[in-house]
Amino acid sequence: MLVLISGVLLIIIGIWAMLTRKNIIRIIIGFSIVDTGVHMIIVAIGYIKNATAPIIDSAVNTSSDISGAVHVNSLIVDPVPSALVLTAIVIGLAVTALLLSFAIRLYKVSGSLNIDDYEELKW
Amino acid sequence: MIKYLLTFLALLGIGYMFFPLVMEFSTPTRLNPLAEAYVSSSVNDLNMPNVVTAIVVSYRGLDTLGEVTVLFLATAGVGFLLRKRNHEAIFRRQGSEILRIGASFLAPLIIVFGVYIFTHGHLSPGGGFQGGVVMASGILLMVLACKEFSFSHNLIHFVESLSGVGYVLMALTGLLLIGFDSFLDPRFLPKGEWLSLFSSGAVPIIYSLIGLKVGSELSSVIDSMQTGGEK
Repeated sequence: MLVLISGVLLIIIGIWAMLTRKNIIRIIIGFSIVDTGVHMIIVAIGYIKNATAPIIDSAVNTSSDISGAVHVNSLIVDPVPSALVLTAIVIGLAVTALLLSFAIRLYKVSGSLNIDDYEELKW
Repeated sequence: MIKYLLTFLALLGIGYMFFPLVMEFSTPTRLNPLAEAYVSSSVNDLNMPNVVTAIVVSYRGLDTLGEVTVLFLATAGVGFLLRKRNHEAIFRRQGSEILRIGASFLAPLIIVFGVYIFTHGHLSPGGGFQGGVVMASGILLMVLACKEFSFSHNLIHFVESLSGVGYVLMALTGLLLIGFDSFLDPRFLPKGEWLSLFSSGAVPIIYSLIGLKVGSELSSVIDSMQTGGEK
């Protein structure tokens, strides 16, 4: 619950940073904060009370029936959101790298990192 | 003034959007049926302790293939945006001896640790993406610490293409050996012994290929960012 609320707060802070900051690097940092907030929300949704990590080793209580099929008895965290976040972190990293190289390119072409100096896309 | 008002309204709207999610949320006390099915078939079908790896590599393997493609596209974009031409050299001071020797001592260890992480992805927390990032961080350490450090671009591109092709080939082998509905099925190799390195079918091989691909892609991102500003 606390993780969920902090995730929402991080998203709001990140969008505030993206909307009000002028420096392109700070806008990218805002995007990164939004990304982290989304990950925290997804992980919080998959959490189950008093559960352990979804890795079936000696810490997890298992039993097998007559046909040899193994049943997991103790509670484990929902593995699907963990897998989604694993994917999302890597994609977030790649997108951040792409944004930063846009920033480098813009700085090299126009010599400015202030978003107000780029008026071509303004409406 | 109107701008601040609009920003405030936008933030309020986002807060309102998340309000029902936060208010009606209660932490569940047991797994939903889909997750139950994943856990039981990961343990019984694939013989794999790490359920997250089972989902990433096998059950949602097509998503992972797409993700690797997105990563490749982002890397290609970085390389395109920062390609080298007529840059003036930026003066960079040589690092101190302690820094250089310490970095050259640590970098191979970091890379070996990355290899350990992605080969044990099906047994313990970790996997191809994490291991690849750890490997790239070893390369980053060398690039930051040693002024004259450079690695072969052809080698990096060769490893990247080879692991990408290998990943698709592994997926197609499953398709050929098991049946027409088994793209990315890792069960064409033997299940192996529970908790041993060579177990759970082709998953260690697929995850190693993903690890090599992610590591070489991120290394080439680091390299483009490094040489993008100087020549």
